[in-house]
Amino acid sequence: MSYVLGLKCKECGQRAPVKPLHVCEACFGPYEVEYDYAAMRGHVTRESIASGPHSLWRYKDLLPVDVPRTGFFSGHTPLRKAGRLGKLLGCSNLWIKDDSCNYPTYSYKERVVSVAVSKAIEFGFDTVGCASTGNLANSTAAHAAQAGIRCFVMIPHDLEQGKVLGSLIFGPTMVRIRGTYDDVNRLCTEIADKYGWAIVNVNLRPYYTEGAKTYGFEIAEQLGWRLPQHTIVPTAGGTILPKIYKAYREFIELGLVEDNKPRIYSAQAAGCNPVVKAIHKGVDIIEPQKPHTIAKSIAIGNPADGYYVYQAVKESNGWGESATDPEIISAIKLLAQTEGIWTEPAGGTTLAVAMKLIEQGRIPRDESIVICITGNGLKTLEAVAADLPQPEVIEARLSEFDRLLEHNKQSAAAPAAPPATLPKPTQLAGV
Amino acid sequence: MPVKVRIPSPLRNFTQGLDVIEADGANVADVLNNLKTKAAGIETRLFKSPGQLNRFVNVYLNDEDIRHLKNLETPVKSGDELSIIPAIAGGCVS
Repeated sequence: MSYVLGLKCKECGQRAPVKPLHVCEACFGPYEVEYDYAAMRGHVTRESIASGPHSLWRYKDLLPVDVPRTGFFSGHTPLRKAGRLGKLLGCSNLWIKDDSCNYPTYSYKERVVSVAVSKAIEFGFDTVGCASTGNLANSTAAHAAQAGIRCFVMIPHDLEQGKVLGSLIFGPTMVRIRGTYDDVNRLCTEIADKYGWAIVNVNLRPYYTEGAKTYGFEIAEQLGWRLPQHTIVPTAGGTILPKIYKAYREFIELGLVEDNKPRIYSAQAAGCNPVVKAIHKGVDIIEPQKPHTIAKSIAIGNPADGYYVYQAVKESNGWGESATDPEIISAIKLLAQTEGIWTEPAGGTTLAVAMKLIEQGRIPRDESIVICITGNGLKTLEAVAADLPQPEVIEARLSEFDRLLEHNKQSAAAPAAPPATLPKPTQLAGV
Repeated sequence: MPVKVRIPSPLRNFTQGLDVIEADGANVADVLNNLKTKAAGIETRLFKSPGQLNRFVNVYLNDEDIRHLKNLETPVKSGDELSIIPAIAGGCVS
């Protein structure tokens, strides 16, 4: 059964029925899905969830979808105890929630797209689409292919080839639009209106964003039905952070976890940190910025849900910090070389910010900490290419290999012993 | 000094369905205020209080977010185009 009551404007509280609406006609505020939590109590339990499928659909009772159509293998990504990284940072209870291996296109976007594409089919749309520069486009194209629904991917005209191919392989109609990501988004609003298509992150946004809650549900369930005391989340458009917080609140509301007053922290790149700036100022007005950072997947200078990130951070007594590009690259390498996880710059940002917050003493080293990794480094080769060593070429002779090993032994920065060369948090902060 | 104002679909019930309205004014605030002469009631959706736009209303002058200009005080001239856009996700200003 569905526990969905309808849509409710987050700003003015006006209600609307379950329809493909995203903007409240009274105040332009975003609509959010409203559930009947009273009816859930006693029915949505640890047991009912644990008996569900090993995908994001095990939380279907808390999602606005009647019949899942895609995403049957999405979500349910590892929550890993980060022993080696934790030791280096002096943290005994450090965890990585790893969506770099989320199936099938390796980012947290599988969660939101699975919900949005299922909902699009439920609403009777024959075409889905999105405005995106990378992860979202890849994911929408893949899930649309799996669900067998027509797909239009709208992108800025000057994207890197890797991101273009990562969508094209799934056979969508790709439209390259002369302009910025912002221009693409605005055009998509008009396309959704005129052609009656389901643009997942525009007119299906209230449903789409709910999918991000499953990231938070999984953290809680995988920690043994406990909430971490500290969760560090990257902020771009502002979708995932408020939804992780909402997931925690919903589990508390349903009595599935104890309320340990979990704190949520926002991580942004220094070259694009409108939300962190607002948090530092203590003012809930997000001043838009023009981004300049290698962390392109989170380079959104005008985050629509930035205000809700601010609110969740403040309400939970969290904080926000930003990381410079060199700090981001160092953190990508640190995570790879201590935990074997290759993340994109957004993930490097999150780890670099977590290290700063630990250094500042805002996050106590002995408390439970979850670092949210939301994307895969294989899609952003160019971000680290210049920072990795150039391997030597030798002849196929053992003597040459012996000489190379001897040479490496003498060199202080031997690649065979990465932890010794890794930056300490204190060093990182000054980069 | 007529300026073209593009009206998004959620506000077109104030404009009899028109997606573009012309209005006069020396700056963005004037133009938006003058919309009410042709679209009565639209001001209640745009402004939280006089001089303050609703949080989720974004206004662009010739494709530039007015917050990157002089906000509501940004001067306008004949032939300029203003767009009223609901704040939707993923707006990357690059």
